[in-house]
Amino acid sequence: MKPYAVIGAFLVIGLLLPLMTVMAATLLSPRKPNPIKQDIYECGLKTVGETWVQFKVQYYIYALIFVVFDIEVVFLYPWAVAYNQLGLFALVEMLIFAGILLAGLLYAWRKGALSWV
Amino acid sequence: MEALDRIFIRIGEAFSTFLAQYLPAPVVTVIGMFLSAIIISTFAALTFMLLTWLERKFVGRMQDRIGPNRVGPFGLLQPIADAIKMFTKELITPAGAHKVVYNLAPILVVAPSLMIFAVIPFGRDMVAADLDVGVLYLIALSSATEVAILMAGWASRNKFSLLGAMRAVAQMLSYEVPLVLILLTLVLMAGSMRLTDLVAVQGVPFAFLQPVAFVIFIVAAAAELNRTPFDIPEAESELVAGYHTEYGGMKFGLFMMAEFIAAFGMAALVTTVFLGGWRPWLIPLPSWLWFLIKTYLVLFVFIWFRGTFPRLRIDQLQAFCWKFLVPVTLLNVIVTGVVVTFVPLVRNGEVVVRGIGGWATVTVVYFAVNVVFALVVAWLYRRPTLQAVQQIQVGQPAGRGLSREVQTA
Amino acid sequence: MTAEQVVFVLAAVVTLGSALGMVTTRSVFVGALWMIAVFGGVAALFILLGAGFLGIVQILVYIGAIAVLILFAIMLTPRVMGDPNAPRYNRQWPLVAVMASALASLLVALVLRTDWPLAQEGAPTITGFAVELGKGFMTTYILPFEVASVLLLVALIGAIVIAREE
Repeated sequence: MKPYAVIGAFLVIGLLLPLMTVMAATLLSPRKPNPIKQDIYECGLKTVGETWVQFKVQYYIYALIFVVFDIEVVFLYPWAVAYNQLGLFALVEMLIFAGILLAGLLYAWRKGALSWV
Repeated sequence: MEALDRIFIRIGEAFSTFLAQYLPAPVVTVIGMFLSAIIISTFAALTFMLLTWLERKFVGRMQDRIGPNRVGPFGLLQPIADAIKMFTKELITPAGAHKVVYNLAPILVVAPSLMIFAVIPFGRDMVAADLDVGVLYLIALSSATEVAILMAGWASRNKFSLLGAMRAVAQMLSYEVPLVLILLTLVLMAGSMRLTDLVAVQGVPFAFLQPVAFVIFIVAAAAELNRTPFDIPEAESELVAGYHTEYGGMKFGLFMMAEFIAAFGMAALVTTVFLGGWRPWLIPLPSWLWFLIKTYLVLFVFIWFRGTFPRLRIDQLQAFCWKFLVPVTLLNVIVTGVVVTFVPLVRNGEVVVRGIGGWATVTVVYFAVNVVFALVVAWLYRRPTLQAVQQIQVGQPAGRGLSREVQTA
Repeated sequence: MTAEQVVFVLAAVVTLGSALGMVTTRSVFVGALWMIAVFGGVAALFILLGAGFLGIVQILVYIGAIAVLILFAIMLTPRVMGDPNAPRYNRQWPLVAVMASALASLLVALVLRTDWPLAQEGAPTITGFAVELGKGFMTTYILPFEVASVLLLVALIGAIVIAREE
């Protein structure tokens, strides 16, 4: 439990340090708001239309594939740390696991899910 | 030499015994934890300032110019001038921005970068938190940064910010997979996720045992940090300034700070897992000094990348990751698994390699396997590589002629 | 109050407070951010129970992958919520309030009546959790391990089929 307590301390300090920096900056910086300064930047013109990204599904697909690989990695890490205490059967079992996921990646590749356009 | 090696530990112990005379033991422990957090975070922040100067000087020299030399000797006070400038600039908040999320985002971007240093062993017995899942913890931190970037992009109410944030996060997500898979390979060899164990197992630095993984890791780390040649999200010619377009003054400074501190943290990680951490290379110097030397060497390589390579397009970058790095690193895991079965480094939690002979055998075997692996990969990817090389020689942009079409979002 | 109890109360307050914030906010994006805070609180609870590996995995998978996925989905759809000036409650709110309180009291009664087995002193410090998990995956739980990979494959294929249907 002790290492996690240290991490908790790092979290607190990690949040406090930038917070104090910003507070020092708010004290030291001038504050002269006017509507033109606060306008949203769009190459020097007024903004046109609502603020959302044109629907490009590719962003979402990359995130989806990442979720699958993230969970795969979560399964592989316990295998990796236990591997030196297990026999050859652990390798075979992992080969099946990784093979199935590699097949999934190849399917995604062939279906064009990995291309940006 | 031993005294110099343990100097920081001695100072810490002396301070704790001094405090223990006045305060109960649990309070002393808590104070010790917060103090170590403060000291390490301050050290990281100071390194950030030094790094900005170093980067500008080195990139300048690589581009045949001098870099900053006006403020102080060799421009060494430039970071201080920059800091003063940042503090005194007006913090312009765009109209309609979500106040809470907008202000929280820069703070939440810096926090994970600082938390990297909690698990890094700076020297012999000098690690703040010897976590048994240290490697996984570091990956989880980069995931946390992605969320903060999305917050910054959305709260700015600016199309460019939103787009920049999504591109940055898509890039960081994608390159996390090869990064994690390579760390998996190293964990497989060391039999533990604890960073101190990873250092202890490296009788020979893993950079020699896994050269392919080493190169891929440095490339993927540069992409994860949004550094050139992967800095599409923050390149001025691309998306203004990406997700930190609408941030002024110190809030922008915090984004810069997060990026450089993360770079330092990533370099420290590379040192720990690939270059043997604080272990000395021939010349006997204090362990923490060796750690710093190696880390700055890796940082120099990152800066060298910046001065050398042109920027990759987003489709090239994503294709490179998913179609090359991910399959190759996954195959590397499998190959290493096979090799580890026959030439193990660790068995039942104990290092089984003995003496120079043992390590020499291990190094030769792993290096040879890596060379064969690299050749097989080169052969598997021969067609796209030759195509790209041909196109470069002919003078055309590499990569399926996409630059002729309008770049979509 | 030991330190662990203090941290537990803190984590519980963060989790429950964020969950409350998540269901009461008007903006979907802010709701997703509250959800991330909930995940963080749950990760802290995992760590307090001695399962550090699971706590870190919670942050890695839930915050790093799933929450980012949800945020991407929110950012890619233009008008997610309807009219922000619409009334917060619809006309059936009395009936719903009655049903919700009935369900809540049922759950509270259940929780109070169960004989929870208590650990002897604090959470067990499971050393080598990941190693034990790995060994378990390879021996006793090998079938769920392989089935999980098939499940992931199915999820991947299904997601690509659905998302590419343009």
